[in-house]
Amino acid sequence: MSGPSNYQPTSAIGKWFHERLPIVAFVKDHALDFPTPKNLNYWWTFGGILAVMMVVQIISGIVLVMHYTPHVDMAFASVEHIMRDVNYGWLLRYMHMTGASFFFIAVYIHMFRGMYYGSYKAPREVLWMIGVIIYLIMMATAFMGYVLPWGQMSFWGAKVITNLFSAIPFVGDSITTWLWGGYSVDNPTLNRFFSLHYLLPFVLAGVVILHIWALHVPGNNNPTGISVKGPQDTVPFHPYYTLKDGFAIVAFLIVYGLFVFYGPNYMGDAVNYVQANPLSTPAHIKPEWYYLPFYAILRSIPNKLLGVIAMFSSILILLFLPWLDTSRVRSGTYRPVFKLEFWVFAVVCVALGYIGSRPPEGSYVMWGQILTVYYFAHFIIILPLMGLLETPKALPSSISEDVLAKAVPAK
Amino acid sequence: MADAAHDTVNRRDFLMIATGAVAGVGAVLTAWPFINQMNPDAAVLAMASIEVDLASIAEGQEVILKWRGNPVFVRHRNKAEIDAAKAVPLADLKDPNSRNDNLKGSGEASDENRVVGGKEQFLVMMAVCTHLGCVPLGNSGEFAVVQGNAKTGGWFCPCHGSQYDTAGRIRKGPAPENLPVPPYKYLSDTKIQIG
Amino acid sequence: MKKFASLLIAASALFAASGAAFAEAEKSAKPIGYSFEGPFGTFDKAQLQRGYKVYKEVCSGCHAMKFVSFRNLADRGGPGFTEEQVKALAATFKVHDLDGNGASIDRAGLPSDAFPSPFANDDAAKAANGGALPPDLSLITKAREGWHGTFNQLINGIGGPQYVYSLLTGYEDPPADMAKDAPAGKYYNPYFQNGIWISMPAAGTLTDGRVVYDDGAKNTVDDMAKDVSAFLAWTAEPKMEERKQTGFEVMIYLAILAGLLYAVKKKIWRDIH
Repeated sequence: MSGPSNYQPTSAIGKWFHERLPIVAFVKDHALDFPTPKNLNYWWTFGGILAVMMVVQIISGIVLVMHYTPHVDMAFASVEHIMRDVNYGWLLRYMHMTGASFFFIAVYIHMFRGMYYGSYKAPREVLWMIGVIIYLIMMATAFMGYVLPWGQMSFWGAKVITNLFSAIPFVGDSITTWLWGGYSVDNPTLNRFFSLHYLLPFVLAGVVILHIWALHVPGNNNPTGISVKGPQDTVPFHPYYTLKDGFAIVAFLIVYGLFVFYGPNYMGDAVNYVQANPLSTPAHIKPEWYYLPFYAILRSIPNKLLGVIAMFSSILILLFLPWLDTSRVRSGTYRPVFKLEFWVFAVVCVALGYIGSRPPEGSYVMWGQILTVYYFAHFIIILPLMGLLETPKALPSSISEDVLAKAVPAK
Repeated sequence: MADAAHDTVNRRDFLMIATGAVAGVGAVLTAWPFINQMNPDAAVLAMASIEVDLASIAEGQEVILKWRGNPVFVRHRNKAEIDAAKAVPLADLKDPNSRNDNLKGSGEASDENRVVGGKEQFLVMMAVCTHLGCVPLGNSGEFAVVQGNAKTGGWFCPCHGSQYDTAGRIRKGPAPENLPVPPYKYLSDTKIQIG
Repeated sequence: MKKFASLLIAASALFAASGAAFAEAEKSAKPIGYSFEGPFGTFDKAQLQRGYKVYKEVCSGCHAMKFVSFRNLADRGGPGFTEEQVKALAATFKVHDLDGNGASIDRAGLPSDAFPSPFANDDAAKAANGGALPPDLSLITKAREGWHGTFNQLINGIGGPQYVYSLLTGYEDPPADMAKDAPAGKYYNPYFQNGIWISMPAAGTLTDGRVVYDDGAKNTVDDMAKDVSAFLAWTAEPKMEERKQTGFEVMIYLAILAGLLYAVKKKIWRDIH
């Protein structure tokens, strides 16, 4: 993958510049000529979709900040000013709000693709771990962003989640006071969340560059999980995947557009259109949908500290996935038991999300606990055992062979 | 065979060009809201004009109002001020331009050209010294009309000493231009709309 | 893939069933329709003007609308008052301001002013209303859910305007066993999201014929509730028509672009597959 470039500058200026900053060669090697397995399916387009959503969020965010005021007395009003008075302000706000949800839809599909096809397995362990870090940065960014409109859910969500830190023994209260900049969520908190919400997306962009770098060392995984044996297994990224990704991105934007223009408040919470009131708690405090599974795990454990530990562990355990999965076979395509269990796990995650949206009463509590146990069991018990005990299906000898086999119509 | 392949290449090129063109148009149209959001918003535009009730300004009085973020003098001149302004020969004026946004092609800085609609008793000007932007003091300076021991009309800018006459024209001092007359019109004999 | 679909449908069924478990109001809102619903819905200008009159004559005595300015009433996609009408109706409101000497005065409203609050501040509002704060109405139809349920809301909307309509038409006599527990100064309304006892009085709000419409339209409680809830849907979303119109144009464009990209993709990939 690294090595001498195909780029031969033809003009004198081209040669001069190439000797000083070989960026054209770099783009040619990594974005145009990059040898990519020729059998990637549409689940592989979500990386490109994520890059586009990141740009959408950054650009819409920057223009929104031109009109937003990060002070508790003016934040809510400034958002309404954007919605009512700023030219196209309603569009920019709805794009940013809906964009956050679609950023997470894309990231979950991207992560589940990685889990199904074994993209986290050697030699891509660091690539996977960088991905988990990207996911954590996304969660922090979105959490702080949701506080900025200073609605009821902005305030109370911030209060509940920052209060979790007080569960840490000995230093918990100091840390929470330090986070708040005071004795509760108030103006200092809003201001620092604003600063960090602006900062983190650029940190994210940097980590994404590391992510793509880590990908380009071994090259992309593919649906068979079988490594590339030679040029017969690959096609240049451009035009094959620029166009395939381009189509997938536009298809994704169509769904995104349907929500921006026809259902912008569907995924949100109506109570956030009420200005924050520290003296009045909403009937049901819940986070945005993309946090719900983790919220369910948090609430399943009656002990405050253990609940916090369980919640953070449920994300951090992803870092160990490359070593928890013991299977020698990479792709789920050839692992019949794993394939089935994968879908069970996916349903468990969705079900946990559902539980997170319900009040913690009645049978919801018991179900939350059962699902939480299964979630951890999947990583700690099921995956390790399955890898050792499962009999995989026969693997094709190469990507090309697999592509040819599929191309021949069955008689 | 060669023709069919050639045909396919041509169709592919056309399709790619068409797609590129459609994508390009989309990119430009998408960029527009992001650029337009920096233009003045509806709340700013709403304050873009103000109405002033002239009946509450007695003769010899002036009010300072805020319009588009800047102060504006609305002065009800008395006869002495108007006569003094008309008596000034145009050759004496430091700035011969009327600086009146209501005149098509600005014209000379005669007293008629410093007002609108022939209503010479009302003078409407930006209260921003054309030197470096301070607000000049009214009823002061060498070019005010002296009546008894009081001065009426005229403006003196305390920052660097510019002096304006009873029609708000620069006569002495570092300011280069007459105080500009903003666009305004009479909605009735007692009401004007600025902007 | 088929397994994926069937398992996901099973999971989704859980969401679909989530309606009943979670109602905050005793009753979900009455599912009436409005002219502005659906991807091609628009506001009925005459209805918005009638709704404005209901707000002015009935609601504005207790409820502020601080995010709406008088000039908005002449904006595109709204009730469609003229500039002159807006000037006139703004002048019927008293707005706080400072005079030239810095003293506090009340002056006639200008189009650029926002709707003034009937009370000096929240505490004054509560004191005048038995300890309950009449909420600001600018965003009320976005701040309330008429019903719950993930799929229900996807198909039927969130029901904010219907919530307001149901609340205004929902006053009834409490069931006999509850009547004796009635808190003082409160009224029974099963559509209220914070329990069944609401501080807003039925008699103080809508009664048949309370607002006489300029165009002679029907003015029963039901009509007035429909009109004012539609008006409040506009105050919450004044850009709704522009949003749907722009959405239509964007969707058409993206569909064309998607089609072109798909055709190009297929062409390019023909040699590989």
